[in-house]
Amino acid sequence: MSPREPAEDAVAPTVATPTARVVAMVEALRGHGLVVGTSETVDAARAGEVLGLADRALLREGLAAALLRRSGQRRVFDSVFDVYFPLGVGAREAVRTSSDVGRSGDRRADDGDRRPSGDGDSPQDVVRRLREALVEALASGSRGAMDAVAAAAVDGLGAVPGSGPGGTAPGYSARQTLEMLRPQTTIAAAQAARASSPGFLARLDREEVRRDVEAFRALVQTEANRRTAEGRGRERVARYAVRPDAEAVEFLSADRAQLLEMRRRVQPLARRLATRLSARRRHANRGQIDVRRTLRRSLTTGGVPLRPAFEHRHKARPELVLLCDVSGSVAGFAGFTMLLVQALRDQFSKVRVFAFVNHTDEVTELITAGGTDPAALAARILAHANVAPWHPSSDYGRAFASFVSSYASVIGPRTSVIVLGDARNNYGDPGLPALGTIAARARRSFWLNPEHASRWGLGDSAAPEYARVVEMHECRTIEQLSGLVGRLLPV
Amino acid sequence: MSERFSSVDDVTARLSEVGYLASPSVATTVYLADRLDKPLLVEGPAGVGKTELARAVAAVTRTELVRLQCYEGVDEARALYEWNHAKQLLRITAGRGETWDETRDDIFTDEFLLARPLLRAIRSDAPTTLLIDEVDKADQEIEGLLLEVLSDYAITVPELGTLEAHHPPFTVLTSNATRELSEALRRRCLFLHIDFPEPDLEERIVRTRVPGLDEEAARSLVRVVNALRRIDLRKAPAVSESIDWARTLLALGADTLDEHVVEETLGVLLKHTDDVARARTHLELSGAERS
Repeated sequence: MSPREPAEDAVAPTVATPTARVVAMVEALRGHGLVVGTSETVDAARAGEVLGLADRALLREGLAAALLRRSGQRRVFDSVFDVYFPLGVGAREAVRTSSDVGRSGDRRADDGDRRPSGDGDSPQDVVRRLREALVEALASGSRGAMDAVAAAAVDGLGAVPGSGPGGTAPGYSARQTLEMLRPQTTIAAAQAARASSPGFLARLDREEVRRDVEAFRALVQTEANRRTAEGRGRERVARYAVRPDAEAVEFLSADRAQLLEMRRRVQPLARRLATRLSARRRHANRGQIDVRRTLRRSLTTGGVPLRPAFEHRHKARPELVLLCDVSGSVAGFAGFTMLLVQALRDQFSKVRVFAFVNHTDEVTELITAGGTDPAALAARILAHANVAPWHPSSDYGRAFASFVSSYASVIGPRTSVIVLGDARNNYGDPGLPALGTIAARARRSFWLNPEHASRWGLGDSAAPEYARVVEMHECRTIEQLSGLVGRLLPV
Repeated sequence: MSERFSSVDDVTARLSEVGYLASPSVATTVYLADRLDKPLLVEGPAGVGKTELARAVAAVTRTELVRLQCYEGVDEARALYEWNHAKQLLRITAGRGETWDETRDDIFTDEFLLARPLLRAIRSDAPTTLLIDEVDKADQEIEGLLLEVLSDYAITVPELGTLEAHHPPFTVLTSNATRELSEALRRRCLFLHIDFPEPDLEERIVRTRVPGLDEEAARSLVRVVNALRRIDLRKAPAVSESIDWARTLLALGADTLDEHVVEETLGVLLKHTDDVARARTHLELSGAERS
């Protein structure tokens, strides 16, 4: 395969051979937790050979087909692909030639100057021009135009100096670009400019523009990664700049888009767990050998126990009680876990959900009455349930005590209790006896904590105290959550 | 190795001749599956055209479509082959007087073999397209059977030996991901995730399938469908439902989408009453307040 001119739609000329680059990319994908075997790598190299490097979009799809094994890995793949098979080198053709978008053509940003001063434009002018261009692009809804604006914006606003002499090379920051450009401020204008269709369809405009703005943010990120990779090396960028797969994102630090994606994962996850649980139940049905009956049976075969008899297990689906901290800091996590349990509802004969901030109230009704949007769910709970009568911050001690006094009878010998929360008690009384009562009444009880285990006990965290009463598990990601639920849920 | 397609563009063009508008990712993956001679595992939400893709490939390559519909409990006898016991018994009865050895050699031959989809695709004299539909519905054991078929295009019948394919079939497996497929199976396949199409593509699909529909109406329809897919529904509207909706609108003689028409016909698009209610709220139909 011969190297090609850096055309707009072609992959940048390669330093190493394409195969070497595929291998390096596989290495990066593995670094992000994707399982890519040798046979997949071979397939990918063959795909590259068959498709050629001339058309980047084709190559992307081809490599994806060969390297990916399941849905949901695609975003990580796309980010890594953009780093290893970048669109051209340096500022893009569109940025270099265009005079109206960003006007940053003759200004090379690699002098390390944070705000490259050029032909008398103030940064405000650049920002204003870029915003106008963005409004236009959003109004037309054209991906190409948005991409051009993203390239110009990163070029004009995103340059960051390297760190110190002999340190890292200068790079480009998507965050800085977006902070200066503030694309969300263009939504209203773009919506007005769009106002294409009259009637109720116009209402869809706002939402569509919003989604396009999200897409624009992603484009800026891609462009910044690409430009930074040139200076700082691909491996580095692939390692640090690629957003992790939704399964590995931490609940407490997830942004809106990531939460949305995590929500989409819940349905298949719930089904997977349900299959696993029912399989476990099937196995568990076969109890231990009933010696007496086995011996009795063996009489018919002359004392040889040909057919062992098993004890019958008492079949009862377990009951589940969830106790969720829905205070602001962990609401996302709690909402998420409730969603999962809601999806798993068939697996239990009874699920009751209680929410608390500093007082516990039953919210089973609110959760079962439709509506699966965790954000709305949290809001509904705060609005309808009496969970925070005293102040807006968590008080586990008081919450447990109020649970024991009002709902202790809910927990019986068949009940498993899951407590969800970060155990940050704002230095209040942890209320260990109340939790002890709950744990003593329940068949099993455990605590899922969305904080990293190394932070338990720091500051106002009462996690170690609680961990002595009920077993506590770190549960920061979907991956961990599904593992824990699969392992801990009663059969 | 037969080469069914000459380029990615060729895939796109020929599939569109039979009415399947392929996105670039679909076209590329189909082309690769042909070139690398690997089966294609297609995942994605219901109603985005996974099964349709296999049909379209069969149509453009002018090959027979052999379909194995998987379900819970599908077994070797349903998927691979079984012996025609009745006919074997007849043969034994007819051949009175011959020795057992003669009979035995005779009743385990091709004549008494009932080929089920996988064997039929492997042994076919003409090239075929093999569709293994909803493989996630089948039990895990069946995946073991598939491994041999998918990697070597061969089936081992103990009495007859290993039967190899005359023409490796173009193989498409579909899955709705209700169950995790085994790594071994996944590794044998190229992977394609078909999602709901981009609005432009969906608009073209709708207009291809429902030619009478006005361009403006098609665009609005796709916008509404996309807006609905983004809210939380029990069953998001699929492409097939967009097409149904377009047909309905055409039948009603509605040239433009207005609030009233949408309100009346939402039931074509959505399959649950609470979904319909939610959609009403979301689209602010009939004065429903935005929640």
